[in-house]
Amino acid sequence: MKNFVSMTLNGRARDDAIPGNMLLIDFLREIVGYTGTKIGCDGGECGCCTVLIDGKPRHACLTLAAVCDGAEVETIESLETEGRLSAIQRGFHEKLGAQCGFCTPGMVMAAEGLLRENPDPNEDEIRKGMAANICRCTGYVKIIEAVQAAAQEIASKEDAA
Amino acid sequence: MELMPDFDLHRPTDVEEAVRLRAETEGALYVAGGTDMIVNVRRGIEQPAALIDLSSVKELQEIVEDDDGLHIGAAVTLEILAGDTRVQESFTAVAEAATAVAGPTHQSYGTVGGNLCLDTRCLFYNQSEWWRKSNDYCMKERGDICHVAPGGKRCFAAFSGDVAPAALVHKAEVDLVSATGRRRVSLADIYRNDGMNHLAIEPGELLAVLHLPKAESGQPSTYEKARVRGSIDFPLAGAAVWLNQSGDKIEELRIALTAVNPYPHLVKNLDKFSGVKLDDNVLNEIAEMVQSQAKPMRTTTVKPWYRRRVVGAIARRLTAKLSQAS
Ligand SMILES: Cc1cc2nc3c(=O)[nH]c(=O)nc-3n(C[C@H](O)[C@H](O)[C@H](O)COP(=O)(O)OP(=O)(O)OC[C@H]3O[C@@H](n4cnc5c(N)ncnc54)[C@H](O)[C@@H]3O)c2cc1C
Repeated sequence: MKNFVSMTLNGRARDDAIPGNMLLIDFLREIVGYTGTKIGCDGGECGCCTVLIDGKPRHACLTLAAVCDGAEVETIESLETEGRLSAIQRGFHEKLGAQCGFCTPGMVMAAEGLLRENPDPNEDEIRKGMAANICRCTGYVKIIEAVQAAAQEIASKEDAA
Repeated sequence: MELMPDFDLHRPTDVEEAVRLRAETEGALYVAGGTDMIVNVRRGIEQPAALIDLSSVKELQEIVEDDDGLHIGAAVTLEILAGDTRVQESFTAVAEAATAVAGPTHQSYGTVGGNLCLDTRCLFYNQSEWWRKSNDYCMKERGDICHVAPGGKRCFAAFSGDVAPAALVHKAEVDLVSATGRRRVSLADIYRNDGMNHLAIEPGELLAVLHLPKAESGQPSTYEKARVRGSIDFPLAGAAVWLNQSGDKIEELRIALTAVNPYPHLVKNLDKFSGVKLDDNVLNEIAEMVQSQAKPMRTTTVKPWYRRRVVGAIARRLTAKLSQAS
């Protein structure tokens, strides 16, 4: 059985007929072709597949695509503007928050969710906010610095505006 | 990675439709946030013919307050539960337990109902299809034997939800709805001591509301768990404590445990301490009583003796903390 699904994906409305058993991660990667979102553990443990649904971080691996009917879905592909990285992406790039890069799309989306809710988090709040995402390379220190740098950049832009 | 089995997805918008679909559809199961159900489907542990998704049922997403207390819809997320100031102030253990579940991403869409109805867990059960197959499966799923207690006839998979023990010390009740009606029972009554079949609710019954009674809200409560990783993990052992004290004497003490039995266990015989002055010796006796009723088995990578000791230590520490606070 297919479900008719209208979602907004990275700002664009689309309609699809999606089998009820299809996971959001498979829909994104196989149907839409957005391969930025990664499949890590398959069981909600690593956070690699984190996307935003209605502004909140969620595992695309544990979410059925058809449940996104009426929802706004945002993936890592939505962050750049005309080839320019977002503040968070730049933070990860410049502060060396990415090494092998596999966890990075999920990390960046978790950070995006965190900073939208709390634009000025202290270190403890960053650690808590990113706790559902695992990185096996960086040791997390660089990731925390990346999020701090992004928060500062966003704040300084807002002050200037 | 397993391929997703074939199933239909239904998205009812009210409780009546949800229970009707569940009753009419052979092999259907409920899914709320899916943070446990979808993992189990991917591992071949659950093979539903259909899933009834509860995330569009508005009435399950409400928190209602009246003279009796707080009434929490089953599809309220753990994040919303933990962030509600009424829960934080009057049912502190419940808010603390919700923030202790998994990681923040899980809390943002995992639900109260899913947490209370969480399947029991075991090292030999929560594994991939090929892992379980290479081990001849187990009694709880497709197999004949229990790898935890070979030769035994019982399943010892541990109930590992965080919210249930916290709600139990507040004497919570739940509404269960089926195609034939609605009933209200105490939360303690929906569990039984059987890892294979730990929910004492009728097949198809939907847990609609968690009632936290106001009469139980005046006293302080708190929850803590031991886990392998502080950032994200199921409890190895957890305890919720509720204390009513007058002066330095215990009026009433309630303790409930998780992850050390196949059901969330409300510790028995604590009335023995009513009227007793709370000192170090009494705290030790409380810890001993807790340990004697915790029955962890080899269901995690961490040894049972450690889990038994740590649950006693947590209960002792939390009791002391509450008594100093009041
Ligand atoms: C990596 C990881 C770590 C985790 N750590 C923890 C942890 O530390 N502590 C913890 O408690 N949990 C943990 N969980 C499990 C899970 O995230 C939570 O228990 C969550 O609250 C489950 O809610 P859900 O809405 O996602 O449930 P679902 O997965 O949707 O459902 C769980 C079960 O409840 C049933 N169900 C759901 N709603 C209802 C209802 N209203 N009526 C009747 N039956 C219903 C479903 O049929 C299913 O059997 C973890 C999960 C993962 C993936």
